[in-house]
Amino acid sequence: MSANASAPSGSLPIGKGVSDRLSKKASRHVKERIIEFLLFCAAAFSVFVTVAIVWVLVKESWVFFEHVPLSDFLFDTQWTPLFDDAHYGIMVLLSGTITSSGVALLVAIPLGTIIALYLSEFAGFKVREIAKPFLELLGGVPTIVYGYFALTFLTPILQSIYPDLPGFNLLSAGLVMGIMIIPYVASLSEDAMRAVPMALREGSYAMGATRLQTALWVVTPAATSGIASAYILGISRAVGETMILAVAAGMQPNLTFNPTEPGATITSYIVQVALGDLPHGSIGYQTIFAAGLTLLLMTLAFNLLGYWLRKRFREVY
Amino acid sequence: MLQAADLATIRAIITRAKRWDMLFALLGILSLMVGVLTFTVLFVDMAIQGVPRLDYNFFTSFPSRKAANAGILSAWVGTILVMLLTALAAVPLGVAAGVYLEEYAPKNWITDIIEINISNLAGIPSIVYGLLALGLFVYYFGFGQSILSAGLTLALLILPVIIVATREAIRAIPQSIHEGSYACGATTWQTVSDHILPYSSAGILTGVIIGMARAIGETAPIITIGALTFIAFLPPAPFAGDPPAGLFEWIFAPFTVMPIQMFNWTSRPEAAFTINAAAAGFVLVFMTLAMNGLAIYVRYRLRKNIKW
Repeated sequence: MSANASAPSGSLPIGKGVSDRLSKKASRHVKERIIEFLLFCAAAFSVFVTVAIVWVLVKESWVFFEHVPLSDFLFDTQWTPLFDDAHYGIMVLLSGTITSSGVALLVAIPLGTIIALYLSEFAGFKVREIAKPFLELLGGVPTIVYGYFALTFLTPILQSIYPDLPGFNLLSAGLVMGIMIIPYVASLSEDAMRAVPMALREGSYAMGATRLQTALWVVTPAATSGIASAYILGISRAVGETMILAVAAGMQPNLTFNPTEPGATITSYIVQVALGDLPHGSIGYQTIFAAGLTLLLMTLAFNLLGYWLRKRFREVY
Repeated sequence: MLQAADLATIRAIITRAKRWDMLFALLGILSLMVGVLTFTVLFVDMAIQGVPRLDYNFFTSFPSRKAANAGILSAWVGTILVMLLTALAAVPLGVAAGVYLEEYAPKNWITDIIEINISNLAGIPSIVYGLLALGLFVYYFGFGQSILSAGLTLALLILPVIIVATREAIRAIPQSIHEGSYACGATTWQTVSDHILPYSSAGILTGVIIGMARAIGETAPIITIGALTFIAFLPPAPFAGDPPAGLFEWIFAPFTVMPIQMFNWTSRPEAAFTINAAAAGFVLVFMTLAMNGLAIYVRYRLRKNIKW
């Protein structure tokens, strides 16, 4: 309006000025649309990644399942894909994954929860400001370094307590894996606990409850959904962890739930084949895609479970 | 009326409850100490074993069959080149996706799918990304076992980290900044490029550094795409050698990276190679710690300086 008012009284300049601005505005609109489309492509790219993962795993596993019936894959009790008498029982690798993850979670869940409760309900501001970044550092150490630590430091110590322990075992790998997972469990649980409104705590304190009583009977129940998803994340990390197991647990397929034995997991088997010189396209090689598909389905199941738990137990304030 | 006996009982209950409080606080500190102690022991043990091995030759020698002559030249050069490609691919994509989801995305089912999908991607084990890269980059696109394949794989792996960091950094900017910009007639993109991106850059940088620190230590996906463990040459420098290498020839070169070199040395039975592994591990941990420390520092400065 003001531009019109201050323009010279001749009709032509006004009209020209307006249409200029309008055309500029139109081009601006087109540019905006193009940028928006490009940004949308970047966001949609993540969907493409998921599709590509599923496509590659299913396509390559297809070759495998054309030769090996699904029932053999699920129920055979031997895993010897590289031998002449080949058996493909994923159960063997699963037992290693479950055993090592079990040991890791026995370490990570209690310690992680206690640390979270301590940091959120007991520790002062200073302690928390130092401890949180430190936990992040602990989670940032490369897993190959943890593997080295399990093999060259923890295993000899465990052997001096329990002399029959073999040099490669699931126990040592699982324990170190547990320590690696503590930061994930602790940090996410703490976030959930801190999100519990202060009024609930104040109510509890006003009734004469102590810090511990408040932490256990007020804060923890209110934060259940967040704590549960922290545990689920811990489980996914444990199941997908690779290098610690490849270095410290040996890579012999072994149908056992005894952590003091060596064993292969789904992940360490994939590493073993990738390091070998099997040609692409051979059945032995395609096994890693079938193993990877199993792993993906497992983590997907855990993700869905976590999603469901979050919905089911979410407390809205 | 309160009797003296009741009072004594109540006092006893309070003392007991306080004792439990103390015990739990102690338990909390002990649990924290398990983490602290493990980290200290791990770091000190590796330093004692590895640091004497760290000399000029260790950084300038290729791997060798003789443990005493072996070095990490090809490994650290490989790591830097792979990280360069990872950053070039992941940062623009991740920031763009984060900006779209925060500033543009309409509330509809497509946006919901993208959001659920990103949180799902963050939960997929890294070795599965390795299998994706093996099937897609190495065989389908025919990039081979090259720096390019490795860089793109790690870029996919840290994409969710960067997207989430970007979104959080943008969300921390008050709505009034948006409103002020729009009130002056700015378009969405002008608002984003002139206000949102500059103000969120420190937060985004933190996320990028943390993502890169994670990528630098990733071993499993790189082993899966079939990186060789024994590389006694460097990728061709642009325009060097005879015939002169092309500007981008190095991205198709075979390579090794620090964690793979360490894995290789760890899996050998000879004690001398274990010492090499300790030295390589020390360098690797030092790199990741330095990057994480930098990220923590940037975040700390950010929180201190910005008062909306």
